Amino acid sequence: MSSADFLVHGLIKAFELIFSLNPYILSITGVSIKVSGTATILAALTAIPLSFALAFLNFRGKQAVITLINTGMGLPPVFVGLFIFVMLVPAGPLGFADIIFTPSAMILAQYILVTPIITGISLSAIKAVPKSIIETVYTLGGSRKDAIIAALSEARFGIITAILAGLGRALSEVGAILIVGGNIAETGSIGGIGEGLSKTRTLTTAITSETSKGGDFSTPIALGIILITLNLSVNLLANYFQRRD
Amino acid sequence: MVFGEKEVLKDINLQIMRGEIFALVGPSGSGKTTFLRLLNFFERPEKGNLEFNGMETSGIINIRRRMSLLFQTPAIFNKSVFENVAYGLKVRGIDKKTIEKKVSEALDIVGLSGLGNQKARTLSGGEAQRMAFARAIVYDPEILLLDEPTANLDPANVMKIEEIIKRIRKERETTILLATHNIPQVRRIADRVGILINGELIEVNTKNAIFKNPGDNRSEAFLKGEMIY
Ligand SMILES: Nc1ncnc2c1ncn2[C@@H]1O[C@H](COP(=O)(O)OP(=O)(O)OP(=O)(O)O)[C@@H](O)[C@H]1O
Ligand SMILES: [Mg+2]
Repeated sequence: MSSADFLVHGLIKAFELIFSLNPYILSITGVSIKVSGTATILAALTAIPLSFALAFLNFRGKQAVITLINTGMGLPPVFVGLFIFVMLVPAGPLGFADIIFTPSAMILAQYILVTPIITGISLSAIKAVPKSIIETVYTLGGSRKDAIIAALSEARFGIITAILAGLGRALSEVGAILIVGGNIAETGSIGGIGEGLSKTRTLTTAITSETSKGGDFSTPIALGIILITLNLSVNLLANYFQRRD
Repeated sequence: MVFGEKEVLKDINLQIMRGEIFALVGPSGSGKTTFLRLLNFFERPEKGNLEFNGMETSGIINIRRRMSLLFQTPAIFNKSVFENVAYGLKVRGIDKKTIEKKVSEALDIVGLSGLGNQKARTLSGGEAQRMAFARAIVYDPEILLLDEPTANLDPANVMKIEEIIKRIRKERETTILLATHNIPQVRRIADRVGILINGELIEVNTKNAIFKNPGDNRSEAFLKGEMIY
């Protein structure tokens, strides 16, 4: 087999796997979306109020929180993975929760990775709302609450962009979820490839393990195509909202 | 009123009559904007209190709601024209029907009927200024503070805005405080005039008196356009 044949063969088989809705591939995609989606939603629920508090309130320790967020935006995922792992192992301080190697542990890790990103980006979107907009709210008779709502409304596309950036980051992240999730699938083999249904195996972690198996690359290629498609959709959506602004 | 080391407004004592158009004129940097912002509670004097009809100003929002400040460069909400104009009514919890009625009245006054659904950020400069005007008068403020409402407009739009100002005063008996350095405009629409130079209110009089017989040679120089600044 020539090297071109090898690639073409891998691609064709990869598309076959995708379009035949192979259950192994499907279950991995499902875990990815569930984990990253849930983590992003929880992170947004924390990050948006937090960014408003940082923009509008003065409280003690505010500077420390900002420093924490700036640091958090660039945290190496493997470090977060290691940290959560040490917390969650049976002997660790949060061992009683008994969630190590489950999707919950993965959600927790991605939540910690993504929250600073959404907070940082939406904070700068809120700060970009001109002071004159807020003063206009007040002169037209608005309350402080109205001013906050107006800022949210003016920054809405920026905040959506922040959430999508968080989702994109979560979907493509591998280091943290590999450590705390363990890349686990059921034993056996379904649809002639891989193993049983995914438990904590995601698109990214599966690509890592399936690639290192060697031999037939159609499975990791199929996973890669799905991952890229998801990421591309998220980016296109973000672009759309940026253009709406 | 002091910014840093700079005293921008000095002990100003000014009475404005109900229902008049009072023009506050003065060179650029004389403190006109600062004075209007002070009246609308955006700046705080370092000495003394702000009182409104003898009321202490602890409930700022309730006093602000009786007036309206049209900024020198109005900020536009990233929403439709209708929603921009409706804003002051919405925050007062007015019902939808009344809002629709009042907004369409206000848009009619400023000559923007039919543009309600357009995105406000796509309006031309003149239209945007008139929309901001509609937004400022839609809730019938007792006092309207106008900060150079016709700066950067073409003559046609200047005329339109001046007509609107006169109409509002006539129909609604709104008290209007107009900051401007446009002397011909003062001649056209003001009842009384105050001259602010370097933060000092050097003269207040009726328009006719002040143009005929200025009581201060700095006023005279400014009104004749001879002041070098
Ligand atoms: N926030 C501020 N901090 C410091 N100085 C200020 C501030 N706001 C205004 N000033 C100064 O106060 C003075 C009066 O400014 P103001 O904007 O009231 O002038 P104006 O009469 O409205 O001028 P124009 O006709 O150019 O609009 C100016 O010298 C200005 O630089
Ligand atoms: Mg000014």
